Amino acid sequence: MKQAESDKQRVGRFALFLTFSRISLSSFGGALFWARRGLVEQKRWLTEREFVDLLTVGQLLPGPNVLNLTVLVGYRFAGWTGAAAAVAGYLGWPCLVVIGMGVLYQHYGSLQQVQQALAGMSSVAAGLLLATVIKLAIVLPRRWRPWLFGILTFVGVGVMRWPLLWVMGALAPFAVATAWKEKE
Amino acid sequence: MDRSELGALFLHCLLLWFVAVGGPSTILPGIHRYVVDVHHLLTSAQFAEIYTLAQVAPGPNVMYVTLMGWHLAGWAGAAATTVPLLVPAATLTLVVGHYNERYPDAAIGHAIRRGLTPITIGLMFASATILMRAVNHDWRGYLITLLTAALVLRKPWNPLWLFAAGALAGMVGLV
Repeated sequence: MKQAESDKQRVGRFALFLTFSRISLSSFGGALFWARRGLVEQKRWLTEREFVDLLTVGQLLPGPNVLNLTVLVGYRFAGWTGAAAAVAGYLGWPCLVVIGMGVLYQHYGSLQQVQQALAGMSSVAAGLLLATVIKLAIVLPRRWRPWLFGILTFVGVGVMRWPLLWVMGALAPFAVATAWKEKE
Repeated sequence: MDRSELGALFLHCLLLWFVAVGGPSTILPGIHRYVVDVHHLLTSAQFAEIYTLAQVAPGPNVMYVTLMGWHLAGWAGAAATTVPLLVPAATLTLVVGHYNERYPDAAIGHAIRRGLTPITIGLMFASATILMRAVNHDWRGYLITLLTAALVLRKPWNPLWLFAAGALAGMVGLV
C-alpha cells in the first residue's frame, strides 16, 4: 500500500483542538496508541514516517512525550496558536475528568469496597508500569555501558532513594558523552 | 498548604519536568520523595491510590500530578503541579519544533537520546519498585503485580480489562 507524503495542508485550530480532545479522552492506558491511530490512520495528517520522526523529537525533549508531540503537530499545522489549541484539547478535558475522580474519591474513598477495589487496581497499575519498563529495556543495546548507567540510576534513585535531580546531574553528562564517543 | 509551600511544590515540579526526558513515570521517584519522604504530605499508600486513579481515568498518564495537587490544595494545588509540566512544552518544544522543521537531522540530538535512554529506563524501574512497595502489603499483591506485567508483555489486551480484574480481585478480598 503506498502511503503518499501527507499533503502540507493547513489544519485549523479548532480541528486541532477537537482531534486532540478526542485522542486524549479515548486514551485509556497510555496515549501513544491513540495518538498514532488518530493522527495517522483516521485524520491522515501525518504519514507513519512523519509520526515517528516527530515522536522521536518529542522523546528527546523533557516533559511527557505525547504532550511534546501534541505541541509539534499543532505548531506544524497552525503555528504557535495551533500548538496552544492542540494542548488545550489534549490536557484540558483530562484535568477536569481526573479532578472529578478526585471528588468521587473524597466522598467514597473510605468505603471498604472502594478501598479493596483500589488496592487490587493499584497492584495492576504497578504491574503495567513494570511491563512498560521491561519492554523498553529489551531494546537497549547488549553492551555493558548503557546497562551500567541504567543500573546506577536505578540503585541511586530506587534503592538508595537519593534525590532524582542529583543522580541525573551526576550521571547524565557522562552518559551523553559516552554515547557521543561511541558513535562511529 | 500555605502559599510558600505551594510555591515550593511548584518550583520542585518545574525543576523535575526540565529533566524529565522519557516521560511522566521517570519523575515519579522525585515527586514521591518530595511529597511522601521529605514533606510527609501524603502516605506512600495515598500516593499510590492517586496514581492508580489517574491511570484508570481517560487521558494521559501524567494526570496523576494534577490529581495529587488537587488532593493537597484544591484548584491552586492542581495548578501548582500541572502548570510546570506545560513550561518545557511551551518553551523548549516550540523552539526545537521550529528548528526541526528546517534541520531534521542533527548528530548531537542522536547522542543525547542514546545516552539518556538507559537513565530513563533506570528511573522507570525505580518508579515501578517504589510503586510496588507502596501498593503491595503481602505476597498476594506482588503476585497480581507480576501476573499483570507478564500478561501485558504477552497479550495485546486493553489494560482496562486488567484493571477491572484487579478491582474484582480486591473486592472479593484477594489482596
